[in-house]
Amino acid sequence: MIALGRVTIVTLGGVVAAALLLAGLNLLTPAANALHVPDFAIPLFGKYLCYAMLALAVDLVWGYAGILTLGHAAFFALGGYMMGMYLMREIGARGVYANPVLPDFMVFIGWNKLPWYWYGFDHFWFALLMVMLVPAALAGLFGWFAFRSRVSGVYLSIITQALTYALMLAFFRNDMGFGGNNGMTDFKDILGFALNRETTAVGLMLASAGALAAALALARAITASRFGKVLLAVREAEARTRFLGYRPESYKLAVWVVSAVIAAIGGALYVPQVGIINPSEFSPGNSIEAVIWVAVGGRGTLAGAILGAIIVNLGKTWLTSALPAVWLFAFGGLFIAVTLCLPGGLIGLFAGRRRGAEKARGTVSERQHGPAERAPRGVVG
Amino acid sequence: MDRLRCAGGRRRGRGARWVVGAVAIALVVGLSAIAHAGEDPFSAIAALSADVESRGIAALAVSGNPRAAAVIAALREGKLYAWKWPRPDPPLYIRTATGFVDARSGAAVAAPPLLNLRRVIVSDTVRAAIDTAAGTLELASASATVRLKAAETLFQAADPGALPLIDKALAAERDRQVLRALRQAQAAALLKSATGSTAERLAAVGTLAERADLSTRNLLSSLAGQPPAVAAAIAAAIGDIDFKLKLWGVAENVYYGLSLGAVLLLAASGLAITFGVMGVINMAHGEMVMIGAYTTFVVQQLIAAFAPALSDLGLLVAIPAAFLTAGALGVAVERLLIRFLYGRPLETLLATWGLSLILQQAVRSIFGPTNQDVGSPPWMSGAVQLGGLTLTVNRLWIVLFAGLVLAALMAILRWGGLGRSIRAVTQNRRMAAVMGIRTPLIDALTFGLGSGIAGMAGVALSQIDNVSPNLGQGYIIDSFLVVVLGGVGNLWGTLFAAMSLGVVDKFVEPFEGAVLAKILVLVFLILFIQRRPQGLFPLKGRAAEA
Repeated sequence: MIALGRVTIVTLGGVVAAALLLAGLNLLTPAANALHVPDFAIPLFGKYLCYAMLALAVDLVWGYAGILTLGHAAFFALGGYMMGMYLMREIGARGVYANPVLPDFMVFIGWNKLPWYWYGFDHFWFALLMVMLVPAALAGLFGWFAFRSRVSGVYLSIITQALTYALMLAFFRNDMGFGGNNGMTDFKDILGFALNRETTAVGLMLASAGALAAALALARAITASRFGKVLLAVREAEARTRFLGYRPESYKLAVWVVSAVIAAIGGALYVPQVGIINPSEFSPGNSIEAVIWVAVGGRGTLAGAILGAIIVNLGKTWLTSALPAVWLFAFGGLFIAVTLCLPGGLIGLFAGRRRGAEKARGTVSERQHGPAERAPRGVVG
Repeated sequence: MDRLRCAGGRRRGRGARWVVGAVAIALVVGLSAIAHAGEDPFSAIAALSADVESRGIAALAVSGNPRAAAVIAALREGKLYAWKWPRPDPPLYIRTATGFVDARSGAAVAAPPLLNLRRVIVSDTVRAAIDTAAGTLELASASATVRLKAAETLFQAADPGALPLIDKALAAERDRQVLRALRQAQAAALLKSATGSTAERLAAVGTLAERADLSTRNLLSSLAGQPPAVAAAIAAAIGDIDFKLKLWGVAENVYYGLSLGAVLLLAASGLAITFGVMGVINMAHGEMVMIGAYTTFVVQQLIAAFAPALSDLGLLVAIPAAFLTAGALGVAVERLLIRFLYGRPLETLLATWGLSLILQQAVRSIFGPTNQDVGSPPWMSGAVQLGGLTLTVNRLWIVLFAGLVLAALMAILRWGGLGRSIRAVTQNRRMAAVMGIRTPLIDALTFGLGSGIAGMAGVALSQIDNVSPNLGQGYIIDSFLVVVLGGVGNLWGTLFAAMSLGVVDKFVEPFEGAVLAKILVLVFLILFIQRRPQGLFPLKGRAAEA
């Protein structure tokens, strides 16, 4: 754990330093300078930082509590929608229909009154509160039902996937009042700063870096605490932990909600930087993508989640523009390669070398050679 | 028994009286129609007014004139020519391929006065009259199907003017089905007409009430100005029809639900093997279905290219082809990927998800991202009418196919040599190995079997869904839900779960919309798994404890 702590601090410093460096090089150097960072790179890096928050959230539940979530992008997207609602109200009368209260898409489908759940989103503080409260409430409700009934393992994974799938279908509906399949876009400004100004982009990117650093510190505090130790125990042997007198469902629920809030804040910072939020953010594929970032970086290491998110997305940005047809092959191959050959992820390559021999023994004894005898019943704890 | 026969007799007696009465009315109505049109329907058809023209057409159809069919057909095709100027007994000609014939006699006309002729215009009102007239003419056809269709047309038209014709047809008709249709047409026309006593009208309402469908309901509710007793009877009949329609609606929902359930069952059967029996989370299962659908496409293309005569049987060839393709792929996947991940379900899930991305992209690279056109053989198109239900034939085939696949799967597992080995390996791997079963081979074959069944599901889905690289994604979540609901490793449970999910979905859909239906089903499942974590039919005894 000490070694991991050092890695965490290095990552923390690295992220903040990289963000500051990019910001400085973008704002302080002239465009002709060789060191100048082009404008498009700032929101791009900001986007990666938001993804890193999602990865951190996934790692917190998957890496430490053993809950493989295939629906965490739902919380990310919900946070994004809450921020999107604020940004829509902020447009005010500058929309195409120049309605001072109603967003354009509501005017377009013929609504003449703001639905009750849009009240209050003209205040930033309220939107910020909702960014955290709404996903937390959903996560709390879902987790309470799921963990209390001891749904775990792959069953939980499938249900989380079903959850985000159901939300995607719901948000595709026009009469939900969230813009249907077009979602929300054409944002003008945030807190009075115009979104198309370069300094705003830098500010948002730095805010993302700050939020990520804070989330990392929080996650580190959680995992290093006694609470975190119990989580690890739950991950390794839930039934045994229960017999020792702990209530695994409470521990899981708590970390689940915290993780959902971290994901939601990432989503809220994501939306102003990419300028759009639509229901496809809920698609199950996005959630699984987040899981693979964690797997690439190293499951169960917070720094690994962040590294994985940034590295995989850098690769995605490069490959989808350079060789678009190859991207899915490479991405699918990455899933297979990481699970087969690199169970510890990139961090595992460095940090695990010292304990390599010991670890290898452990995995061999864990692994069965053949399918489980009788189907494994992940439901029963 | 006696009472029943007695009732039947009374009924027949009343019917006979009714017919006598109807004939009397018909005579009056028919005479009035002819009197209205003047002495000659031909002259009326030649008139410039659309109303007079329509009346003439109706009169001609009822007249029994042997030339009626030819004249009305010519009118419909725009080949009827009339004298351009007003005159008594205007000449009418029909243009044929070679020249003109006289409309009244059918004799060829050597030199028609072309300058004095105009084509008879067919306006919309006239076209309606032509359709009715054609229907009435078909009543004299020798084929019972044609007569039945004509009677149906007359029923839909509910034209009082057609009453004499219906009566004539009734007297001559022997076919029971046509007779019933004619009586209904007669009742409809009678209720629309101004004549007819209250008793006759009541009887007519009774006749119509037997026929419980939407058009009857519309007809009955459009009737106004009836005597109070008849109006009450009509209201009662409408209530009766509404109830019957509701029952049929329920039956229809059940059928749709079962057919959706059959689709789910097909998609989930293979998963019941790979996930249920082996415990492998195969996220690429949907892609196996997709590959089955693409195999169907390729087989059809090959047959169209090399043996066009067999194209109707393409689907039958595609079923084993899809089974083998997807099955072989499944065996390869098990040997190359999944066997390294046994006992690590979450890693299996991720790796197979990656595999599904690769398979999708591979198919997209080979066939392109657009939907492929998979044809349906003629024996799979059309619909079957069952009472108030319309069953599409392709859905019926899919229900049947799903049942056959499940039955075959159960038979293999229960009686087949492979099935015995599969059960032995799942129950006690080491003991099975000691007994000489090559467990790695059985693992590969089991996975191949599950994938092959998914491939066969793809053949069926290619008939009702778009064949695109994304085909499989739409079914994967539903399939997992079905397997989880039915209880892992339990094929009867899978059957029950698929059917009940399908039916519930279709019953919630009309009230809440398809999306909310899906959400409600998901919520229900989450709650359900709490109550019964092992599915609807948990295994009991020793097998449940391992």
